[in-house]
Amino acid sequence: MTTLSEKTKSTATDRTPSAPSVLAVRDVHISDRVTDREIVHGVTFDLTPGTSVGIVGESGSGKTLTCRAALGILPPHFEVSDGSIEICGTDITTLTPQQWTALRGATISAVFQDPASYLNPSIRVGPQIAEVIRIKKGLNRRQARHRAVELLQATQLREPELVYSQYTHELSGGMLQRVLIAAAIAADPQILIADEATTALDVTVQAEILDLLADLRERTGLALVVVSHDLAVVAQICDKVLVMRQGSVVEHGPTRTVLHDPQHEYTRLLIAEHEQYGLEKFRTPQEAS
Amino acid sequence: MTAQLPAPSAAGTEGPPGAVLEVTDLEVHYGLRRRRRQALHGVSLSVAPGETVGVIGETGSGKSTFARAVLGLVRASAGRIVIGGHDVSAYGNRQWRGLRRRGVVQYVFQDPLRSLDPDLTIGESLAEPLLVHGVPRDEAAERARAFLPRVRLSDELLDRLPGELSGGQRQRVAVARALVTEPRLVILDEPVSALDSANRVQVLEILRELRATGVALVFISHDLGSVAGIADRIAVLHQGELVEVGPARDVITHPQHLYTRLLVSSAPTLRTAPADREERKALRALLHA
Repeated sequence: MTTLSEKTKSTATDRTPSAPSVLAVRDVHISDRVTDREIVHGVTFDLTPGTSVGIVGESGSGKTLTCRAALGILPPHFEVSDGSIEICGTDITTLTPQQWTALRGATISAVFQDPASYLNPSIRVGPQIAEVIRIKKGLNRRQARHRAVELLQATQLREPELVYSQYTHELSGGMLQRVLIAAAIAADPQILIADEATTALDVTVQAEILDLLADLRERTGLALVVVSHDLAVVAQICDKVLVMRQGSVVEHGPTRTVLHDPQHEYTRLLIAEHEQYGLEKFRTPQEAS
Repeated sequence: MTAQLPAPSAAGTEGPPGAVLEVTDLEVHYGLRRRRRQALHGVSLSVAPGETVGVIGETGSGKSTFARAVLGLVRASAGRIVIGGHDVSAYGNRQWRGLRRRGVVQYVFQDPLRSLDPDLTIGESLAEPLLVHGVPRDEAAERARAFLPRVRLSDELLDRLPGELSGGQRQRVAVARALVTEPRLVILDEPVSALDSANRVQVLEILRELRATGVALVFISHDLGSVAGIADRIAVLHQGELVEVGPARDVITHPQHLYTRLLVSSAPTLRTAPADREERKALRALLHA
């Protein structure tokens, strides 16, 4: 069993500029086979261990489709019509359904906006995580339970033992999202995709979840793809950012560069909105730099 | 930026004489006997004529209860509410209805469909509060028409039904309807939360312009950012208690209460600062201690 701390050692040395990509998205185009319409017009990014890429855009910009392509769960009649996606060096078009099943959870994992809909309301949440561990890590019931409680603790739930035996309706949105994160990292994946994972949460809870993701990334070398409609959310934890609009990447680069020197009009609009109607206007120039 | 904001009014809860809204030691309970829960704990807040006060709170803070209490939609169990010099604390349902009908206090909710009659055209919806005030029919129609540009709507919309408008247009109609009678006090409960960013900015700009008419606004929101741009003062609700009130700039740049500090530190901004993460951790630990 790989514990979180053991993984830290291996990734600390991996985190060099030449570290191999865990996720390589190369000029990916996604089309609707039925209408023969192209929805995503070429997305490219590289994700190395312990780094994070943010994808910003409004609904319909293609950010979620791109993530779903990387997870091999595109909706029916959508397909990657051009370009390639490699997960840890493996081209995903070569994967059989069995290989996909082995890869999901163990190598690439994801959390979405509505955690409650990914959990069974009539089963306590803990055993649902333990089941993932039993199947993916081959542990027995007792070990899996122990590990599940450890994971709940790792997501900074205050009473992991109690949460283990609770049902979804007894937990708040923020707690449920932590449970989902615990399940998502249960099989020690190298990539975690967080697609609008904090959108429905209160701002203090959103910050807790983002801080948790940043901690996991630092401690375990987890690579993150953070998808949000809010540029500021992405700015919190991502090294690189892609701004998408109507299926195209209109801007990409290191977060700092994009924020300080936006090239595209749309990116400037997103920044202007924050500057005019956000807390930015209250920060003095020194604070803002 | 500072120049755009009027000088902050007197800090604290002590409103100047002639306040349009004066709430003192407001308590609200829900439920009966053993299920009785306190939603507001002795909340005091005073709003001066023409002032915009932002009331900030997250899930369960009691902010919507506060809105409903000052609109007479829930009954206070203790405390005093004075609106425009009239003590309305002991008003019955009929008196409250009269107060709302006469437009002494107007309101805008998150969902504009809740404040607009689906069977009335936009023109009729806007004229109705004027008719209630005894404005002749022709003049009411003309004033409704004349108000539309102030919420950036064209008079082509006068004959449409709410269902035919976009969400952003509907919310601007709801704002116009609340303000067309030139009330002294308008309560806005999450007025921009359901809107996308372009519409949110537009409604905020409209509200900022409308403040010049001398109306007092109580802007209730979970989002510090959207309130920060237009509020003179900010009041922070946390678990049913008003933990901090002060000039907007002070509350944001020098928050005093632990919760306010966490709230400000959690608000996503375009700045990436790992130091904030440590600060938030410390604040959470203190707040939960």
